[in-house]
Amino acid sequence: MEDILELTIAQIRELLQKRKISSVELTNYFLERIKRFDGDISSYIKVTEEYALKMAGDADKKIADGENGQLLGIPLGIKDIYCTKGIETTCASRILKGFIPPYDATIIRRLKDEGYVHLGRLNMDEFAMGSSTETSYFGITRNPWDLERIPGGSSGGSAAAVAADECIASIGSDTGGSIRQPAALCGVVGMKPTYGRVSRFGLIAFASSLDQIGPFTKDVEDCAIMMNAIAGYDPRESTSVPLNVPDYTEFISRGIGGWKVGIPKEYFIEGIHPDIEKAMQRAITTVEGLGATCVEISLPHTEYCLAVYYIIAPAEASSNLARYDGVKYGFRPQGSIDLLDMYKKTRSAGFGAEVKRRIMIGTYALSSGYYDAYYKKASQVRALIKRDFTEAFTLCDAILTPTSPTPAFKIGEKMDDPLQMYLSDIFTISTNLAGIPGISVPCGFTKDGLPIGAQFLAGHFEEGKLIQIASAFEKYANIEKRRPAL
Amino acid sequence: MPYEPVIGLEVHAQLLTETKIFCSCSTQFGAEPNSHTCPVCMGMPGVLPVLNRKVVEYTMKMALATHCRINEACNFARKNYFYPDLPKGYQISQYAQPLSEHGYVDIELDGGKKRIGITRIHMEEDAGKLLHDEHLPSSYVDLNRTGVPLIEIVSEPDMRSTDEAVAYLKRLHEILVYLEICDGNMEEGSFRCDANVSLRPRGEMMFGTRTELKNMNSFRNVQRALDYEIKRQQCILESGQDVIQETRLWDDSKGETQSMRGKEEAHDYRYFPDPDLVPIVIDNAWTEEMKKSLPELPLEKRERFIRDYQIPPYDAGVLTSSRALAGYFEEVARLSGKPKIASNWVMGDVLRFLNEEKRDIKECPVLPGSLAEMIQLIEDGTISGKMAKDIIVEMYRTGKSPQAVIEEKGMIQITDEGTLEKTVAEVIAANPTQLAQYRGGKEKLFGYFVGQVMKATQGKANPQLINELLKEMLAKE
Ligand SMILES: [Zn+2]
Repeated sequence: MEDILELTIAQIRELLQKRKISSVELTNYFLERIKRFDGDISSYIKVTEEYALKMAGDADKKIADGENGQLLGIPLGIKDIYCTKGIETTCASRILKGFIPPYDATIIRRLKDEGYVHLGRLNMDEFAMGSSTETSYFGITRNPWDLERIPGGSSGGSAAAVAADECIASIGSDTGGSIRQPAALCGVVGMKPTYGRVSRFGLIAFASSLDQIGPFTKDVEDCAIMMNAIAGYDPRESTSVPLNVPDYTEFISRGIGGWKVGIPKEYFIEGIHPDIEKAMQRAITTVEGLGATCVEISLPHTEYCLAVYYIIAPAEASSNLARYDGVKYGFRPQGSIDLLDMYKKTRSAGFGAEVKRRIMIGTYALSSGYYDAYYKKASQVRALIKRDFTEAFTLCDAILTPTSPTPAFKIGEKMDDPLQMYLSDIFTISTNLAGIPGISVPCGFTKDGLPIGAQFLAGHFEEGKLIQIASAFEKYANIEKRRPAL
Repeated sequence: MPYEPVIGLEVHAQLLTETKIFCSCSTQFGAEPNSHTCPVCMGMPGVLPVLNRKVVEYTMKMALATHCRINEACNFARKNYFYPDLPKGYQISQYAQPLSEHGYVDIELDGGKKRIGITRIHMEEDAGKLLHDEHLPSSYVDLNRTGVPLIEIVSEPDMRSTDEAVAYLKRLHEILVYLEICDGNMEEGSFRCDANVSLRPRGEMMFGTRTELKNMNSFRNVQRALDYEIKRQQCILESGQDVIQETRLWDDSKGETQSMRGKEEAHDYRYFPDPDLVPIVIDNAWTEEMKKSLPELPLEKRERFIRDYQIPPYDAGVLTSSRALAGYFEEVARLSGKPKIASNWVMGDVLRFLNEEKRDIKECPVLPGSLAEMIQLIEDGTISGKMAKDIIVEMYRTGKSPQAVIEEKGMIQITDEGTLEKTVAEVIAANPTQLAQYRGGKEKLFGYFVGQVMKATQGKANPQLINELLKEMLAKE
């Protein structure tokens, strides 16, 4: 059955419907692959074998009954950030060890409604804080293309699992690039939808005004299929937007003839890896070859993005993470002498260094006397960054940028230098600040054989446009098909 | 040196919505611990708040009733602090942009009216409760109350005496209950009050150092705590020392306020707009809709009663002390057509019976229609006022109509002149000595004859008729 790993959701769905393969067989196939390869990669925190086979069995029954969910019988990996009823959900943190939610995140509910199979919980940076999946309490995840390198983050497990064919597709979350950057570094497709498009209910919050949910897939068509399953209004989220969701698969192979594609001059900076720069030149040529015109645009407040992000995200996180106090669920050390002691011991031992760093930055930024200079100012600049994009999209249909300034870096390389680590997200952060959608698609390899990603951006709720341009690009860019050697 | 107290009050009122402010759990008081909870109000990971629209509407009602300006847009903010009864580690409240600001209420004092400014009214969620085990070194957390909607009403420091503060508090209480948005129960904590108190030399413009008083769960305790605190601060100032700015708890059993020092470190709540909630936009149409839904407020009602029913201000005050009582009275007044007499019966007998049994007017066995009927029976002379006093006792006891009571007891008033003439003649004949004295000029004995006739008729005779007949027949030689 080796050829299964070549197949996309669209293709496997057909095999399932025609009963050429059962969901149980398919699930066993991936469980086998996880057993064989995940020892090296560690993309999963936990494989839910029994649960997966039960769901697969149910899916097979439904298929036999003629039902036809969009993901019926499809085995997916889930970032360990989505509350899933009855399944330990940790956010890769010691502080949530043992926490079993009594409820499903909306996205999990939607996937269940479509008949998916839950293979397991994918690794991530603790509380999604990081760009390398090195801050997880459960250990690092390795890049399938080079086991000495990181897979990107924070959804590193989700990207690595798809790249290593340990699932057909996966779900991740993106607060400042946590889907697109690992997708680029692992050579897969990753989309961050518009803020408000996919419900955050049950997504364990990092930074509430920035967090979004999205898929990792092998190709753009699968991305459209996954988006069809997960997008839509949710009355349980106040920031969810009650807009109709189009059928995203209809945007495949529409072409982009006559489009204007903006190339922001601020994104082609010193320090971009030379192979990535070359790949971007080729990408521009490809886009123009598709009948679009590339135009230089300006996003003048780009230089402030990182600073704004590293005030707003930690500020929200410092408040979001206050609930982990040892009182109600998760980790609590023994032997506290009083309440304050219990709080201190729980949070000191429960959180890792990067999470603590961000809680402290955020607490500081919100403190009385500093609020105006930091949080308030950052919110004002954020509005300007948003306006940059609104103005840019009056001049172009979509924007093309590199996803990440560098390919996958070595494990440990940036762990002692948070500022260098934060720069990994320099091209992805502005998207979250503006709330617009973005997609990263494979765009070639470095000389050393590491994947490179190209990022397309569009206006609010224009995920369809992203599918349209990314699928056209994917088809005509002639990116060499390679698989990581495992 | 004469000192003047300066008092400002912060009132927290629980709103009478059926469900909590950000989830659909019940707000009912007194249930099994943690039975009215869900992942949202328990602060579980990943859950999100969705605002209960009723909370906004109830708050708008209070804002309108206290002449506040309603802001076109307001938002929620997070107030961050750690405590086990606060499962999210922050309370969702309003901070920089509250729902309403700049209002007032008028209070009535012996010396007349006074206007007390309201700084702001905002919405927030209540916290849970801790239950401490006396024998174990551990505490239990009950989150039933977590997320119950509250409004906080902050006054200006406009009150200059304990009496003013209590009058203001009673006025707020009355309005909240009138609006039917709060049950006003202080003991169960649905109406809570904190006070800021300072003293300054009379005539001084600057405020002195204030203390914040907490834990006063009845009007009486507010009164006592404020009196105590004013005296305490006065002693400090008179001895040349300085008042320390701090929070003090009222200890009811000891009758004193005690410092919370040590427990209450200076908090930095790190307020910021809650990113999980969107700004609330209130347009004119919504405000107008709420305005239309407002009932007549107590003060307006009181003035109308005095004007339209010609009843004394004190009586109007009593009758409008609750919407139900005012409604009861108005119904009796309308059905009987005799508002003043209706007021006397309601204020007198009906309220006395109810108060004796600590019952609410809503549970009154004497229905407004029955009371009105009884008033008419007096008016048309079917029964005497004296008989009515007995009849209403029966009506209250049995819930029966006056007609039914009268029939059962055979209490019809004798208004037939012929029958009564006979009795009067008999009484006169049976008392020759008194008759002689009366005719001899001892006119006081008239009352004696009235009493004898009443006795002979078992009180059923129409007193007016007795008077007429006696006068006539005693004069006859
Ligand atoms: Zn609840």
